[in-house]
Amino acid sequence: MKFSLGRWLLPVYAVLALLFLMVPIVYTFIFSFNDSQKSNITWRGFTLDKWLNVCNVQNGAVCEAFGNSLIIGAVATVAATALGTMIAIAIVRYRFRFRSGVSLLLFLPMATPEVVLGAGLAAQFLSVGVPKDMVTIILAHTMFCISFVVVTVKARVAGLDPALEEAGRDLYGSPGQVFLRITFPLLLPGILAAALLSFALSFDDFIITNFNSGAVTTFPKYIYISASRGIPAEANVVASAVFILALVIVVSAQVSAAARAKRLAKSG
Amino acid sequence: MTTSAFAAQGADLELVGIQKRFPGFTAIEHLDLKIPAGSFFALLGPSGCGKTTTLRLVAGLEEPTAGRILIGGKDITGQKPYQRPVNTVFQSYALFPHMTVLENVAFGLRRRRIDEPVAKAHEALRLVELDHLAARKPQQLSGGQQQRVALARAIVNRPALLLLDEPLGALDLKLRRQMQLELKTIQEEVGLTFLHVTHDQEEAMTMADTVAVMNKGRIEQMGAPEELYELPRTAFVANFLGQSNLFTGPVVGSTSDAIAVAVAGQRIVVPAARAHRHAGEVTIGIRPEKLSLHLSAPADDPARNTMGPGRVIDVSFSGVSTQYLITVPQVGTLIVFAQNMAFGPVAEEGGEVWVSWDITHGFGLEDEPADTPRFEADTTTRSIAAQRRASLITELEEV
Repeated sequence: MKFSLGRWLLPVYAVLALLFLMVPIVYTFIFSFNDSQKSNITWRGFTLDKWLNVCNVQNGAVCEAFGNSLIIGAVATVAATALGTMIAIAIVRYRFRFRSGVSLLLFLPMATPEVVLGAGLAAQFLSVGVPKDMVTIILAHTMFCISFVVVTVKARVAGLDPALEEAGRDLYGSPGQVFLRITFPLLLPGILAAALLSFALSFDDFIITNFNSGAVTTFPKYIYISASRGIPAEANVVASAVFILALVIVVSAQVSAAARAKRLAKSG
Repeated sequence: MTTSAFAAQGADLELVGIQKRFPGFTAIEHLDLKIPAGSFFALLGPSGCGKTTTLRLVAGLEEPTAGRILIGGKDITGQKPYQRPVNTVFQSYALFPHMTVLENVAFGLRRRRIDEPVAKAHEALRLVELDHLAARKPQQLSGGQQQRVALARAIVNRPALLLLDEPLGALDLKLRRQMQLELKTIQEEVGLTFLHVTHDQEEAMTMADTVAVMNKGRIEQMGAPEELYELPRTAFVANFLGQSNLFTGPVVGSTSDAIAVAVAGQRIVVPAARAHRHAGEVTIGIRPEKLSLHLSAPADDPARNTMGPGRVIDVSFSGVSTQYLITVPQVGTLIVFAQNMAFGPVAEEGGEVWVSWDITHGFGLEDEPADTPRFEADTTTRSIAAQRRASLITELEEV
């Protein structure tokens, strides 16, 4: 059999790329079971202790940081998704003063370097005299998440046939009912995608958070600080757990979508 | 809102002095219209003539610049769409994709808190013979089925007035003919007032009791289909509703029964009762199927108008009939439809022919000959430029 380069190039490249992406994740996962002492760099033997006592080291600092990140992510996501969806609908559906100005302003947080944004916000909070804590982090995260929500939901609103809402009004739906029963359910996939994106952005943001967090420690900030003196295995545990959780959610969503498609195909 | 606001029977619709302007163009210049209860009324016109705007005004989806809209004698001009006893079958059907067929049909009933919405929705679906598909989603249905669901979703509410916005436009010809019949049957069955907007003249003529031909934001002529076809009042109606041969010339003689018009030296007689203008320059016409072809000059007959000789420039055979295009010097091109009583065409391309017709078949138009357009359609470059300019100005004001 003749050796063909073209035939092997893509599989080899794909395997190498996957390996490159997977190695750090696998490493993190394996070392969450390391019976580490001060540092978690050399393998000292298998243990489940770190998984079982994840909140008991350093007075629960890992879990506290993780909990802070969850709260900040949840609040910022809800606020940014609600505001961003309203802005997206307004921009697509209505002609108003400063409409183009609003679109431009919304684009800025995505285009501005995070360092500039973070430092600028920190300076503002300082000059206004707002103490830095959870609230300032949530405000900062909501601000940059709104831009991403607007971009995501806007595409969905633009794709929504205005005749559907007109049909709703024609069929005796008051403006509130039309929004609740037609507009909102049809925008929901876009809104959910925007919410997931917001949460992911908020959860792993470090730069802007670091400028505006004061004494509050979020999960990325905790990892950054402890990296200088050896990340504890508990951090690996949290990171691995988040990864597995995300994997389970994605897989179950895929499976249920496939099952639904099969059911539709059968009935249709 | 109470259910008593909604009639079990249709109500009449009255438009009084309706005008609608958009930035850059006028969609409706001045419209007065009365549609009696229980009738099937068609608004017919080319795209951009204002017929869809009229429909949207009645539905409440647009607000008139001036004028009033009355349903059953009650002024509803200021009412919101959801307060009006009117339902629409949209051109795109606009079925809610996230609901089942049944939920789509029950939507209006639930909003108005009508008892037993599910049972009534099933009943409406049975009327359009789609009850077996009630559990499906709209995108699992064919175009014709979706159209019927849209119809069921509207009529289930028993509106005083049902608006149909080119509901058959997206269907293929065969299905369209079938749906036309079904729509007509359903209209007779439920007894509602139907206002049907279409650009398909055949559809309007086969379905409607009364047809109004709209052009450039105005109703050109209104009446029963036969009346519009046999006695068109304007050149637009004469050519939009079927085809017409039109001639222009001065009136050279008139009696109480008929007028005579000189067309390129030939005397054409039109019954006075069928002519709107009896003096000066007039436009007269004859339908292509009323013309007879002759291969030699026909004998003089006071009961018939003759024209010729002319030359056949095109023959197109379409099975039932053959269409001939004939040029007559100084008159122009004539269209003749001839039934294929014999095998193949009677005249050949390039051949010399005469045409004649019964004088009682001619008609005289009301139009000034060489009528200029009243205002530009919204599709012309000039009005697009005007709209663009208006939107740019608002954009500039924003910044």
